[in-house]
Amino acid sequence: MATTKVIRVLVAKPGLDGHDRGAKVIAHALRDAGMEVIYTGLRQSPEQIAQAALQEDVDVVALSCLSGAHNALFPKVAQLLKEQGMDDVLIIGGGIMPDEDIPFLREKGIADIFTPGTSLKQIVNYIKENVK
Amino acid sequence: MDYDELIQLFKEGSYRALSRAISIVENKEPGFRKIIAEISRTGGNGYIIGVTGPPGSGKSTLVNELAWGYRSIGKRVGIIAVDPSSPFTGGAFLGDRVRMQRIATDKGIYIRSMASRGHLGGLSAAARNVSRLLDAFGFEIIIMETVGVGQSEVDIVKAADTTIIVSVPGLGDDIQANKAGLMEIGNIFVINKADLTGVERVEMELDKIIKMAYHSASWKPPIIKTVASRGEGITELIEAISKHERYLKDEGLFSQKRRGRIEEELVTLISDHLFEHFSPKIEDKVSLKALTDKIINHELDLYSAAEAVVESILKEKDKGGVKIET
Amino acid sequence: MDFKKIQNEQTSWEQGTVKKTLERFGERKEHFKNGSNNEVKRLYTPLDTEEVDYLRDLGFPGKYPFTRGVQPTMYRGRLWTMRQYAGFGTAEESNKRYKYLLEQGQTGLSVAFDLPTQIGYDSDAPMASGEVGKVGVAIDSLADMEILFDGIPLDKVSTSMTINAPAAMLLAMYIAVAEKQGVDSKQLAGTIQNDILKEYAARGTYIYPPKPSMRLITDIFAYCTEKLPRWNTISISGYHIREAGATAVQEVAFTLANGIAYIEAALKAGLDIDQFAPRLSFFFNAHNDLLEEVAKFRAARRMWARIVKERFKAKDSRSMRMRFHTQTAGCTLTAQQPDNNIIRVTIQALAAVLGGTQSLHTNSRDEALALPSEDSVRIALRTQQIIAYESGVADTIDPLGGSYYIERLTNDIEEQAMEYIKKIDELGGAPEAIEQGYIQSEIHDSAYRYQNEVEKQERIVVGVNKFQTETEKPKGLLKVDPELEERQKEKLEALRKKRDQAAVDRSLKALRDTAKGSGNLLVPIVEAVKSYATLGEICDVLREEFGEYQGADIF
Repeated sequence: MATTKVIRVLVAKPGLDGHDRGAKVIAHALRDAGMEVIYTGLRQSPEQIAQAALQEDVDVVALSCLSGAHNALFPKVAQLLKEQGMDDVLIIGGGIMPDEDIPFLREKGIADIFTPGTSLKQIVNYIKENVK
Repeated sequence: MDYDELIQLFKEGSYRALSRAISIVENKEPGFRKIIAEISRTGGNGYIIGVTGPPGSGKSTLVNELAWGYRSIGKRVGIIAVDPSSPFTGGAFLGDRVRMQRIATDKGIYIRSMASRGHLGGLSAAARNVSRLLDAFGFEIIIMETVGVGQSEVDIVKAADTTIIVSVPGLGDDIQANKAGLMEIGNIFVINKADLTGVERVEMELDKIIKMAYHSASWKPPIIKTVASRGEGITELIEAISKHERYLKDEGLFSQKRRGRIEEELVTLISDHLFEHFSPKIEDKVSLKALTDKIINHELDLYSAAEAVVESILKEKDKGGVKIET
Repeated sequence: MDFKKIQNEQTSWEQGTVKKTLERFGERKEHFKNGSNNEVKRLYTPLDTEEVDYLRDLGFPGKYPFTRGVQPTMYRGRLWTMRQYAGFGTAEESNKRYKYLLEQGQTGLSVAFDLPTQIGYDSDAPMASGEVGKVGVAIDSLADMEILFDGIPLDKVSTSMTINAPAAMLLAMYIAVAEKQGVDSKQLAGTIQNDILKEYAARGTYIYPPKPSMRLITDIFAYCTEKLPRWNTISISGYHIREAGATAVQEVAFTLANGIAYIEAALKAGLDIDQFAPRLSFFFNAHNDLLEEVAKFRAARRMWARIVKERFKAKDSRSMRMRFHTQTAGCTLTAQQPDNNIIRVTIQALAAVLGGTQSLHTNSRDEALALPSEDSVRIALRTQQIIAYESGVADTIDPLGGSYYIERLTNDIEEQAMEYIKKIDELGGAPEAIEQGYIQSEIHDSAYRYQNEVEKQERIVVGVNKFQTETEKPKGLLKVDPELEERQKEKLEALRKKRDQAAVDRSLKALRDTAKGSGNLLVPIVEAVKSYATLGEICDVLREEFGEYQGADIF
């Protein structure tokens, strides 16, 4: 019987930041690229995000944060995912973050960071190429 | 995780295993039959509630509160929230969790978003498989939520033990529009956002519909008013659901309903399998394009064309070319 | 004017001269469209403004319908207030930045609060983790507020506070600080944003559901009418709606629809239109399309005047006068070649001034990367000063008024925005339209269209999808010390130990009682603040009484 595998992505807004223009635009683009996008809404704690990722069995967790709290929040999400056995999930991040934070985030398990000016196509392709 | 390990973990109550199992079954990945076979040995205890209504009626918020209500009386709740896939790209936006924040981290509640996809054999069958998994996993209450548009969405909630139809004041002609498909299948009618003006009108209309469509039925659907965003009316709704459950069980309809559902599913599955089995043969044996040309050129009618195809396949089978495996 | 003759001449120009030129040199694009997705014509003539009735539609500055400006002499009398939004880290650091800005010639303060403060959490709340002091200053109690305004005389400056859901609490703290300085609340001048509807629709820092939130807002209106007559009780904001992706037309439409909802709520609460409407103020975005933006400001002013007069039957002309603050568009700033942002900000600031703004914030070039550095903030302020003192645009009122294009655009924006308002009325008003996700999804559609235009290079963003060069990212970006969160928590802990707990409990109990009833919430909030109850404690009492809002699903 034919399988019908579709890439599932959780788009999440960790922390208190309410700017969701980017998250919604990306969610829309991923949907238009044929993916199933689960959106959590605003103000998610790392625990909520990890829980949603687990229940929804997603291939990708895309985190968006513009408040500068990324260094505190992104690694926490990565750690929780790992703890629940989801270390094969692709974690990516986006928002306003200085270049010098990126190596730190990579080291903590965020596969890549996309800052303002990144094209939607670039993100879609990145996901398609990197989902295991 | 191999399948035996997965099934073992599933039995031990691992949410991760449950989630993986749902994906495998939903995607029909290799091994999904094994999982279905395994979980079919148990279960059958979960009570299935279907919730549907037009966009903007506050269904997700209602489901959120309903789940919370069941949690507070100690029940474990599994939720399947279905949203449509785009017919053009196959992608989907699954946003129901946004309205389910309150219950999202409760360990006794599990939420799974599901896209309608182009499910072979129908979305309903796929959703039923997921619900079967939740049942086998031990959820006592299973809520299936869909938007009340499209036949396959309606089929999902129709298959529930109790079907709830949500209306809301101010959406104008929705009740009218839905009358055809939705209104005959409801066991309970909810008017959500009952603090808005226009409740009386909706209530009157529902009343009329119930009198018309259910005049000879022994179960008269109650109308429950809720303000889900404030948790109002939820206790009443849970009470109405239990009443309906008792009614079904007292009248012997509960097992009858479930039996009918399984039979229906079996028939659908057989015809799906037959089709799947024969459809490559169709492409092999006859040129659909040539037949279509003939129909367009008025040389053949649709029915005769279909009949000719089936006959040629059956001939093949008699020759031993096509086997039906048992 | 002989329109017929002009029409004839125009036709012959198009079919003759233009046609010939087009045969030899085509135009750059087949269609020229502005950000609101409207066609921009090759040329505008008196034919495009034929229906403009000068006295009815434009009139004179300081007079209804205020299209040309809200004051009779505009910037010839007094320049706009240069007000840079600032605040980060602790109250001590922000206090230093404010004093610096005042020394540099800034004329008003604008306080940025961190997200926990904006959402009514104390710095030690679990959800505050990682956010303390990041996008603004952390305020946990009156003690922090006292430090924030230390040495700044509150009877001399006007202070704008970007605070919405807990606006009442922060205003109460401001009143309490003034009292300690010996300043009477009647002398206090400034603004609280206090615009919850756009939080639901675009910005996301809401706490309570719409109904109790509207009660808090109308309670503030009532309280200030009596006690803070010079205070702007709300700043109805299009800024964030635009930042979220709306077009100029949508910005005006959704902002005014929210304004209508506030007026209706206040009238329902029994207030008199001419008592509270003069204290309503607005906050708009200044985007890149210079001329469309100028027209937008003019259209917004005229629309508001007409709505307040015709729909709400106000008598006092001050009620009809739309005064607004403007900020240049943060979303147009690019992380690539950040110095280019200085030029973008200049054009946008010019639009705001040509559009007759009452106060202005100019963004700093490095804000797509981090919080602005002191150097960048200074350049941003200097941009305003150059426009004010060197460009000459401030010397006559509404200098673009009468331009065929500007007047046509002004009419078009008014017409299209009114269509939106009509649609929102049909949905049951702005709160219901937001609840149904209508406004959010309209904004999102525009955002998505914009992004796709950029992707397809139908819209050029210099340095991003054209004229890219590898430039080094600027160094010396401002970073908030990660240790700050711990220090703020310790301070809070110390306060909780030191204060009179019985007084705190009493004041919170009084607040709860008022919340259950229908009295003005400001009264017990001011008392609670003075007892050094924390912001989180005060907001939690109301969370328990009012519940919390959850976002709308827009897709």
